Amino acid sequence: MKDTAGGATPVIAARGVGLTFQTADGPVTALTGVDLTIHRGEFVSFIGPSGCGKTTFLRAVAALEEPTEGTLTVNGMAPDMARRARAYGYVFQAAGLYPWRTIARNIRLPLEIMGFPAAEQEARTERVLKLVELEGFGNKFPWQLSGGMQQRASIARALAFDADILLMDEPFGALDEIVRDRLNEELLNLWASTGKTTLFVTHSIPEAVYLSTRIVVMSPRPGRVTDVIDSPLPRERPLHIRDSREFIEIAARVRDGLRAGHGDEV
Amino acid sequence: MSRFVPVVIVLTGIVVLWYGAAIALNAKWTYDQAERAGRSVGLAELVADTMAQERPVLPAPHQIAAVLWDSTAGQKVTSKKSLVYHGWVTMQATLTGFALGTLIGVAMAMGIVRYRVLDMSLMPWAIISQTVPIVAIAPMIVVLSNKIGLGEAVGMENRLVSKAIIAAYLSYFPVLVGMIKGLRSPEQAQLDLLTTYNATEAQAFRKLRLPASVPYLFASLKVAIAAALVGAIVGELPTGAIEGLGARMLVASQFGQPMMMWAALFAAAVLAGILILVVGQVQQVVDRRMGARP
Repeated sequence: MKDTAGGATPVIAARGVGLTFQTADGPVTALTGVDLTIHRGEFVSFIGPSGCGKTTFLRAVAALEEPTEGTLTVNGMAPDMARRARAYGYVFQAAGLYPWRTIARNIRLPLEIMGFPAAEQEARTERVLKLVELEGFGNKFPWQLSGGMQQRASIARALAFDADILLMDEPFGALDEIVRDRLNEELLNLWASTGKTTLFVTHSIPEAVYLSTRIVVMSPRPGRVTDVIDSPLPRERPLHIRDSREFIEIAARVRDGLRAGHGDEV
Repeated sequence: MSRFVPVVIVLTGIVVLWYGAAIALNAKWTYDQAERAGRSVGLAELVADTMAQERPVLPAPHQIAAVLWDSTAGQKVTSKKSLVYHGWVTMQATLTGFALGTLIGVAMAMGIVRYRVLDMSLMPWAIISQTVPIVAIAPMIVVLSNKIGLGEAVGMENRLVSKAIIAAYLSYFPVLVGMIKGLRSPEQAQLDLLTTYNATEAQAFRKLRLPASVPYLFASLKVAIAAALVGAIVGELPTGAIEGLGARMLVASQFGQPMMMWAALFAAAVLAGILILVVGQVQQVVDRRMGARP
């Protein structure tokens, strides 16, 4: 597709990536012919209907699935090598906090597994709790927090070990719109202050347009990329930017892309 | 307070039914005695007599209560006539067997969850083991463990060891089934998350599977401890044991002392209740530590 900057190694480089699952009903092509290059510091959203392969692509980047065609590199390495190098933090749709651990101990989980010294675990937990505005909630158990706060804790957990890449699979999909708006705003601030390359899967057009520097529009059967839109919006984005003409134009283009990819089903 | 009302109502119902049954079942003896003496029996006399027979078919609740009282509060706890003493003997075997059974159940579950080959090879035998009537294999376990001197080998009484093995035989199974379910309870997303951290299988087990299985474990332990008690009592029946609640029941039935038998039965029920209560208390403490909603 399109390289937005030359020179440095791209964070994600996909060339002709395809993925076919062998199921009981025969092979299912989840993804085909994906070419995509993502550079450091970008915020890339993947949008499309169910079955368009956006989650599959994210999972392939995280080495949770292995592409059956093409090449995919993360920081110039094979995805599972990148994982071993702690290249990314993954945020799932469900916060997935352990109910038997406090918020602070949930955030420490990856640090414990990766063998950080105890003092550093403590310091890092404090730092990311502050980053997601959950100071003072470290000793609470997950059930004592609202859904939005739980998802913030899960983002903190993904940030705790300082991965360069943040992979987010519909992290706000289960939240109501008011909470979602607020978390979108916070996520943008977080992205601006940490400069992490972010791959963000979503169903929501406004969410994708509001957050992204680039929007990848996908369509199903088989899952493929139908459009890649560079956002002309400035990096600084107050919530009311969503009423601007540019915003509405991009949203319309995304919608057109989704409709075209979906044939006459929509 | 309102918690007790339903319990009291049910209890009252049971006692009333029981007295009715005692009159009905013991009446025959009263009539036979009267016939032999050549006189007839009135209703009042019938009721009074069926409540006070020495060897009734079904003793009345107050008769059992009297024997229970006499054989607990009325005796020194070290006396052979004390149900506390016999209960203690049975409880030792129960707890030893329960500990052993829990250990075996957890270990087997860990193996079965980790290795598919164990799932296929061990699980059928575990199920078959529970279809064999325990009364059929209990005597064999007793004879075998005596023969090879298992007790001396582990530094315990032979009698205790064989009873504990029988108790373990019954109690490992619910633990096994519960732990398999518990260790497999984490969702794929939670396992994926650990994969993204490059967690080893041992770490996934320690940090996710094991804590996730705790609620399942406790549900199983409550069943297992009751099963262990049954095992210990069954283990006392065929062994010529002279101590323990099982031995007490057997001796009472052989010597035609129904009151003593029923008293031992009640003592066993009370013991089971206490043991389950203790497991429940431990669960509450663990739950609180693991952040369960109060």
